[in-house]
Amino acid sequence: MTTRADGLPGFAEQRIPEQVREEDERLARERKQIARDGPKLKGAKLEARLERTWRRPTGIIGWLATVDHKEIGRRYIITALIFLALGGVLALAMRTQLARPDSNLISASRYNELFTMHGSTMMFLFAVPVMEGIAVYIIPLMLGTRSTAFPRLNAFSYFMYLFGGLMLWIAFVLNVGPDIGWFAYTPLSGPQFSPGKRADVWAQMITFTEVAALAAAVVLVTTILKTRAPGMTLARMPLFAWAMLVVGVMIIFSMPSVALASGMLISDRLVGTNFFNAYEHGDALLWQHLFWFFGHPEVYIIFLPATGFVSVITETFCRRPVFAHTVVVLALISTGILAFGLWVHHMFATGLPRVGYSFYTSASMTVAIPTGLQIFCWLATMWEGRPRLAVPMLYVIGFIITFVIGGLTGVIIAAVPLDLQLHDTYFIVAHFHYVLIGGAVFPLLGIITYWYPKITGRMMSDTLGKIGFWMLFLGFQLAFFPMHFSGLLGMPRRVYTYPAGLGLELPNLLSTIGAFVVAGAVVIFVINGIVSLYRGAIAGPNPWDAASLEWATSSPPPVYNFAHIPVVETNTPLWDNRGELPVVTGLRVDEKEMLLTTVVAATPDLREPLPAASLWPFISACAVGIVFVTSIFSPWALAFGLLPIAIALTAWFWPKELKRTPEPVIQ
Amino acid sequence: MIVRPRAAVLALPFLTGACSYQHYQSIYGNAAAETQQFNTLFIIFLAVCAVMYAAVIAFLIAGIGRRRRSTQANVVEDGRHHESDPAMHVGLRAWAAVVGVGLVGLAIASFFADRSMASAAANEKLSIDLTGNQWWWDVQYNSADASKTLRTANELYLPVGVPVRINLHSNDVIHSFWVPSLAGKQDLIPGRDSDITIVPKKSGIYRGQCAEYCGTQHAHMALVVNVVSYADFIKWWDHQLQPAPAPAAPLTQAGYKYVTTGPCSACHTIGGTPAGGTVGPDLTHLASRRSIAAGTMPMGEGNLYGWVEDPQSVKPGNHMPTIGLEPAQLHAVVAYLETLK
Repeated sequence: MTTRADGLPGFAEQRIPEQVREEDERLARERKQIARDGPKLKGAKLEARLERTWRRPTGIIGWLATVDHKEIGRRYIITALIFLALGGVLALAMRTQLARPDSNLISASRYNELFTMHGSTMMFLFAVPVMEGIAVYIIPLMLGTRSTAFPRLNAFSYFMYLFGGLMLWIAFVLNVGPDIGWFAYTPLSGPQFSPGKRADVWAQMITFTEVAALAAAVVLVTTILKTRAPGMTLARMPLFAWAMLVVGVMIIFSMPSVALASGMLISDRLVGTNFFNAYEHGDALLWQHLFWFFGHPEVYIIFLPATGFVSVITETFCRRPVFAHTVVVLALISTGILAFGLWVHHMFATGLPRVGYSFYTSASMTVAIPTGLQIFCWLATMWEGRPRLAVPMLYVIGFIITFVIGGLTGVIIAAVPLDLQLHDTYFIVAHFHYVLIGGAVFPLLGIITYWYPKITGRMMSDTLGKIGFWMLFLGFQLAFFPMHFSGLLGMPRRVYTYPAGLGLELPNLLSTIGAFVVAGAVVIFVINGIVSLYRGAIAGPNPWDAASLEWATSSPPPVYNFAHIPVVETNTPLWDNRGELPVVTGLRVDEKEMLLTTVVAATPDLREPLPAASLWPFISACAVGIVFVTSIFSPWALAFGLLPIAIALTAWFWPKELKRTPEPVIQ
Repeated sequence: MIVRPRAAVLALPFLTGACSYQHYQSIYGNAAAETQQFNTLFIIFLAVCAVMYAAVIAFLIAGIGRRRRSTQANVVEDGRHHESDPAMHVGLRAWAAVVGVGLVGLAIASFFADRSMASAAANEKLSIDLTGNQWWWDVQYNSADASKTLRTANELYLPVGVPVRINLHSNDVIHSFWVPSLAGKQDLIPGRDSDITIVPKKSGIYRGQCAEYCGTQHAHMALVVNVVSYADFIKWWDHQLQPAPAPAAPLTQAGYKYVTTGPCSACHTIGGTPAGGTVGPDLTHLASRRSIAAGTMPMGEGNLYGWVEDPQSVKPGNHMPTIGLEPAQLHAVVAYLETLK
C-alpha cells in the first residue's frame, strides 16, 4: 500500500514556489530512507528487521512492560486456568462434605466460604478472563493484524485482573475470605449482618475484575472493528470474532451495572450510606436488580465465546464453513440483546407483580430460539460436511449432548410456576453446570486442544486427549445429572449438610463420585498440556488444514505476527488460496506500525503507530490496586491513594516527542 | 430429564428411592392444589423438551454417521465447501418454526397455570404471620379475638381443605419460605411484606426449609408443617393457647426457677410464667414440637440435653449462647422443658 497525497487534480496546475519545491524534494529523499515491507524488502531480511523492531526489552522489566498481545493473552489463559484448578479443588472439598448426610467434615462457616469462593472464582476469575485471554491472543492473528488496539490498556487489564484474583485468594488463605455467596445479596452482605472485612474483600475483587473486563472489552471491540485485514468485510469475518464483538459490547453495557452495585455496597459498608438498608429507606431488592442486570448477561458473556469456539472447530473438522453464516451471526447478536431482558427470572420468588413475570418468562424462552438456530446450523454443517472425530470435535459433540439438556432445563425454569419450586434447589445447580460446563468448558477444552499447536508449536497427545475427554464427559454426567433429582427431592442450594431420610443420600453420593472422575480428567488434561510442551509432535503452521488467518503464520507466531498483512477475498481464505496469500505492503518496518481498515468493508484506512513496551500500565495497575485494597480499611485511602494513580496515569498518557522520524508529507 | 437409556437407568433408583420416603420434603408431595398443578405443568414441559432433545440427538447421530456412506460432500476436499443443500435451508426454517411453536405453547401453558394458581389466593379462612429470623421461624396465628392469638415457633399446623394465608416478614436478612409438598417459594424480604396462600389437600407431615442463603446456619432453618383435620386443628390451637403447666416435682421446680429468672428468660417467652423475652423462639409448648432448633435435631431428652448444654457445638454460629450450666442446673432445666407439652 502506498499513501500518496500528490497527484490530486488541480494542484498540479498551481505555480509552486522554488523553496517549496526544494523542500518537497528533500522530503521525498527522506521518505525513500524509511524502511517498508514490499518487493525490495521481504523474506528473511524483512523478518529479521521486523523482529528487531517488535521485540520487547529483555529481563524482568521487559516482562512487566510488554505490550505483545500474545504474551498478555498467554498470561491471561494460564492465570485463568490456575484459578479454574483452585475453584475445582474447592468444589471437591464441598462434594466430599456432601457425600454423606449430616456430615461434619467441614464446618458451616467454612463451607459457606467454599461455595462463595468457588462461584466467585469460576465466574469472575476463570470463565470471563479465560475467554478474554484466548480472544486477546487469537483475535489479532485471526484478523490478520500485528497487534490488538490499545496494547498498553491490554497490559493494564491483565495486571488488574491478576491483582484482583490474588487479593481474593490471599484473603481466603488468611481466613478473611468472603462468605456471602457469589451473588452477595443485601442485607446479608451489608454492614449489619456481615461485620468484619469478608464482604469488602468480595466487593473489591469485583471492582478489580470489572475494570479488567471493561478494559479488555474496549480493546477487543476496537481491534475487531478497526484492524481487520483488508478485504475481511463484516460478512467475511470469522464467527469467533463476531462472538467476541457481541461479547465485548455486552461487557461494556453490563459491567457498569455491577460496578454501580458493588460501589454502593462498599459505600454502605465503609461510610454507612444505607442504599440497601430497608430500615433507613434503602431497598434490599435494589441490589438484586442491579446485580442480575449484570449477572444474566454475564452468563452469555461466558457462553457466546464458546459458541465461537464451536463454530471454529466445526468448520475445520467438518471441512466446510458453518452452514448459514448469516443466521449464526444474527443469532449471536439477538442473544446479546435478549440477554439484557431476562434478569428478573432470577427473582421470581421475590413477590414482584405477576404480570411483569410473564414478560420475563417469554423473554427467557425467546432466547432459546437463536440458540436453537445455532445448534441447527452446527448440526447441518456436520450433515453437509465430512466430520473428522479428532479430540476438538469430540468436545463439540459432547457440548451438543450436554448443553442442550442445560438449555432445555432452562426453558423449564423460565416458567414461573415451575421456577417457584425449582428456584434455589439443586435442580438449578444441575441446570447451570450443564450450561456452563457443557456449554462453555467443553468447547474451551476443545479449543485449547485446537489452538495449542498455534500457541506452542507442538501438538497435544491424541490418546491422552481422548481418555481425558471420555472421563470428563462421563464423570460430568455422573456428577451433575443426579443433581436434578436432589433438587426435585427438596434439596436447597448452599446448604452445608442435609438430613438423612429425605432420599438425598444416593444422588449426592453419585455426584461426589462423578466430581472426582471429573477431577481426574482435568489432571489428565493438565498432564497432556505440560508433557506435550516438550514431547509433542512439531505442528507446523497449519496442522489441522484450517481456513482462517491465524494458521497463515508460523507456530508459534513471530512477535510481529505476519511479515506482510494478508488480503482476504473469501470467508475461508486458506482454503481458497492454496498458494501464497495476496498481501498488502508498505507498512513501516523500522517502527511498530499497524494497518487500520474501515469498519464495514475493511478497506485500508490509516497506518497507526503503536506504542512501545512501557512500565506505566503496570505501575498504574499497582497504584489502582493499592487504592482498592486499602479502601477496604479506610475511606481516606481514596483521598490519599488517588494521587499516585493520577501521577501514574499522567506519566502513561504524557504526550511524547515522537522518537521516530515523522512521516514527511509532500505538498 | 431426558429420555435416553442411560438416563432412564440412572433415574430408576431415585424414583423408587423417592417413593419410600413419603415425599416428606419433595416436590412430588402433591399435598396441595398448587403442587398438583405444578406436576401437570412439569410433565408437559418435560414431554416437549424430551421431543426436542430427541430431535437434536437424532440429527447429531445422522450428521456424524452420514460421512461414512457419502462419497461426495460439500467440503473443501471436493471443492464444494461454499455450496450447501437447499433442503437444509428448508430444514432451518422448519426447525425455527417448530422451536417457535413449541415455545409459544409452553409459554401459554405456563401463563394459564400461573394465573390459576394466583387466583386460588382469593378467600382465605386462616391468617398466619410467619417471620424469618437467623435461623428459625417465628409463627403467629391471628384471630379476630385477640385472646386467641397464638405465638409459636418452627412448626405449623394447618387444617385440611382450608385456604390459609401466610403473611411473610423478615427480621434480619432475606429468607425464603418453601414447603415443597405444599407450595412454591416466596421470599421473606426485610422492609417488604409478602404473602402466600396454601390450600392443603392431604393430611400428613411435611418438611420445609429456608431456600434463600441467609448466613452461617442456612442449612438448619427447617419448618415442620402438620396438616391435620379441622377438628384436630382446633384442638391443637386450644391446647397451644393454654399457659405452660406449673411444675410439680422438685426437680422441675428448680428448672422452672432457673429458666424464668436466669438468662433463658431474656430471650424466650413461656406463657404463664415471668419469662417474656422475644428475641428467641417461644417455648410455651416446646416439648410438643417435633424438632429442636428449627429442624436441627428431633425432639427428645438426649437432644434437649445436648442443645441446652452447648448449642454452639450442635448448631455452630446460631444466636443462642452457650451458658455453661452446672450439671445439676442442666438436669433441672431439661426436666422442666420436657414438661412443656
